Amino acid sequence: MQHVAIADQIDEMHDPQSFVTKYIWSQDHKVIAIQYSLTAIFVGLVALVLSGLMRLQLGFPDTFDFIDPTAYLQFVTMHGMIMVIYLLTALLLGGFGNYMIPLMIGARDMVFPYLNMLSYWMYLLSVLVLLSSFFAPGGPTGAGWTLYPPQAILQGTPGYDWGIILMLASLAIFIIAFTMGGLNYVTTVLQARTHGMTLMRMPLTIWGIFTATILGLLAFPALLVSAIMMMLDKVLGTSFFMPALVSLGESLDYTGGSPVLFQHLFWFFGHPEVYIVALPAFGMVSDVLATHARKNIFGYRMMVWAIVAIGGLSFIVWAHHMYVSGMHPAFGFFFATTTLIIAIPTAIKVYNWVLTLWQGNIHLTVPMLFAIGFIFTFTHGGLTGLFLGNVVIDLPLSDTYFVVAHFHMVMGVSPVMVLFAAIYHWYPLISGRMFNVTLGKAHFWFTFLGTYAIYLPMHYLGFLGVPRRYFAMGSTDFIPESAQSLNASITISALIVGVSQLLFLYNIFWSLRHGKQAGHNPWGATSLEWQTPDVPPHHGNWGAELPRVYRWAYDYSVPGAEHDFIPQNHPVTDTEGTAGDHGESEK
Amino acid sequence: MTLQTDKSTDYTQPGVAGMVSDWSSDRQAFDMPWGKLMMWIFLLSDTFIFSVFLTGYMNVRLSATDSWPLTSEVFALEIAGTHMPLVLIAIMTFILITSSGTMAMAVNYAYRGDKRKTFLLMAATAALGASFVGMQAFEWTKLIVEEGVRPWSNPMGAAQFGSTFFMITGFHGLHVTAGVIYLSIVARKVGRGDYDRKGYVIVEIAGLYWHFVDLVWVFIFAFFYLW
Repeated sequence: MQHVAIADQIDEMHDPQSFVTKYIWSQDHKVIAIQYSLTAIFVGLVALVLSGLMRLQLGFPDTFDFIDPTAYLQFVTMHGMIMVIYLLTALLLGGFGNYMIPLMIGARDMVFPYLNMLSYWMYLLSVLVLLSSFFAPGGPTGAGWTLYPPQAILQGTPGYDWGIILMLASLAIFIIAFTMGGLNYVTTVLQARTHGMTLMRMPLTIWGIFTATILGLLAFPALLVSAIMMMLDKVLGTSFFMPALVSLGESLDYTGGSPVLFQHLFWFFGHPEVYIVALPAFGMVSDVLATHARKNIFGYRMMVWAIVAIGGLSFIVWAHHMYVSGMHPAFGFFFATTTLIIAIPTAIKVYNWVLTLWQGNIHLTVPMLFAIGFIFTFTHGGLTGLFLGNVVIDLPLSDTYFVVAHFHMVMGVSPVMVLFAAIYHWYPLISGRMFNVTLGKAHFWFTFLGTYAIYLPMHYLGFLGVPRRYFAMGSTDFIPESAQSLNASITISALIVGVSQLLFLYNIFWSLRHGKQAGHNPWGATSLEWQTPDVPPHHGNWGAELPRVYRWAYDYSVPGAEHDFIPQNHPVTDTEGTAGDHGESEK
Repeated sequence: MTLQTDKSTDYTQPGVAGMVSDWSSDRQAFDMPWGKLMMWIFLLSDTFIFSVFLTGYMNVRLSATDSWPLTSEVFALEIAGTHMPLVLIAIMTFILITSSGTMAMAVNYAYRGDKRKTFLLMAATAALGASFVGMQAFEWTKLIVEEGVRPWSNPMGAAQFGSTFFMITGFHGLHVTAGVIYLSIVARKVGRGDYDRKGYVIVEIAGLYWHFVDLVWVFIFAFFYLW
């Protein structure tokens, strides 16, 4: 049975009339994307301020009265959780996923726009519930972003009475929101592509977002279930994760639960989460690099298969986060092996990015600077991952600043670099105007150099054995006093980097009004989102007729072509060489 | 309205060749409407939720320090003087599997365009589902009121028995309840003829969900009640 391609039924699209249906209760994927992005950036700024407060305490202990150990732990926890889930996941998938998927594959919208709208409002609700914990009695939870039981729900942990409940509820709501959005993304990519858009002609951005969304749909269930179980432990006094224990001199009613079970469930979610954040970033950076180097992405097929392979492998490496939790040595061996195997597809990607730049016509635009910066930070973070993936090296380094440095480089700063690259790259499309280049470059150098000023010294602190999450070191014999001056230097760098983000915000908002008109396709990009009849694209994206795709997304500098790029919707001509035809010739 | 006419997309090929042509086609990878594919993906995600629930249950069952109660005795009923282990659960399972049968017949009649039979069979499915939930409510009441089982403790043994029981059957019960509501709404719309223009694939989509809920119950039955 053949089905009518619903994308062709233009009569289903009703243009929104009033301000409210257009910008508030909007079902347009582009408006939803912007709603997602603004909300995510807002909570991200909250988390940025929290990290600044943490750094103040670490750099200058006993100086700031308002940061006590309780508040410090709450800052750590909320910073981590907000950054990983409510900023990165939401901005990459809810923001860029929503904006880019229909435009890049040539669809008019997501397949179920109403569900898509609900997804955003549920996400907003989860953010509000999370932020409300700042005002709850006892404040937000201070259990660390991993929320390990038993301590997460016991007296003595900050926010043990309300903070943890609000955190778990917020996570559950977020997962519902993500599922509604994610089902849309996957179905849209699989079923709503335009004529000629085969899977192997999709830009890598879409491949990254698509694979990451599938990971999310399969990994978030583990977090949902563990949140439910911990909520029951906390509220009803069940003992899923709680062994018999004595707390504050009192023996509690819990008995026979398994704290390690939580760790397994959490990291069965938590490791794929790393790639939920990383894969869209991999995809977007590939497109930014190819566009601004005026060169086709090196090894497109390898890039696609590397994304898929990384996605698959990410489900069988989770216990490398748990080497110190106590594990049978055979399992340690297994998880170390799978972890190191992930380095292969990841290294393929890094080589391909570098080889894309090789002999390219590199334009050092602001997005390109951030994309190249990403290659540096990601490679550094990835290399320390090889250390931590091995059991024997991980054991002494576990829970030190080495780990903090590693994951901030690899999944903190790197995706953020790509996000900046992507925001600058697609800003002309989304707003119709160019940003200020000087401010953008200043923003890049502050961010990029600042990253190294912050995280390189942390590796040394880690080697010295400085433990993470501690409020203060006190007088500890094995840590030399010089560690403190390193900490102070890190704090000053972090504050500068934090403040320099104002350049970015100012640039984005100033350029909305005062930037010069971008016009169509200012970067000379090939992919479909730049080929819309209007800039910024209108509701329905494509006007009367959907675009038709004849080639892959990377026909840059094709010999014999008129321009140094050929958009995907340009038919293949006889004069051009065979470079653009990657076994996908029009049948 | 244009039909899929791309020549590279030949959905009729069997086996691996057909799969390859599906995945290498433009426009769509699967020959099915959006809603149906979305339901399949949702069910895949939901499968992971129930798998994690059951894995967690097995883990706490093994880690529990007190002995695990004998399920066949806990869920036994005294009917007409006869002691019958697991009798209620057996009836519930039978009802749910029967409801899958009526659902499958409803899908069949929906594609034949027989609205009346479709409506009746969907209503029957919903009614069977509702009776399943009713029996579950009876079972919960009996355990809570008569046997003193609580989520945090029970007189028969390991506290995790009550915890996992209420959590897993509760979560599944919510799925059945949602399914009953979903089926009722779709059945009413089928009866009114709301789908005459769009087609009756919605019945199959609702059916997919219903069969999934049924299948999950089989695993819960096997791992929780029979183990």
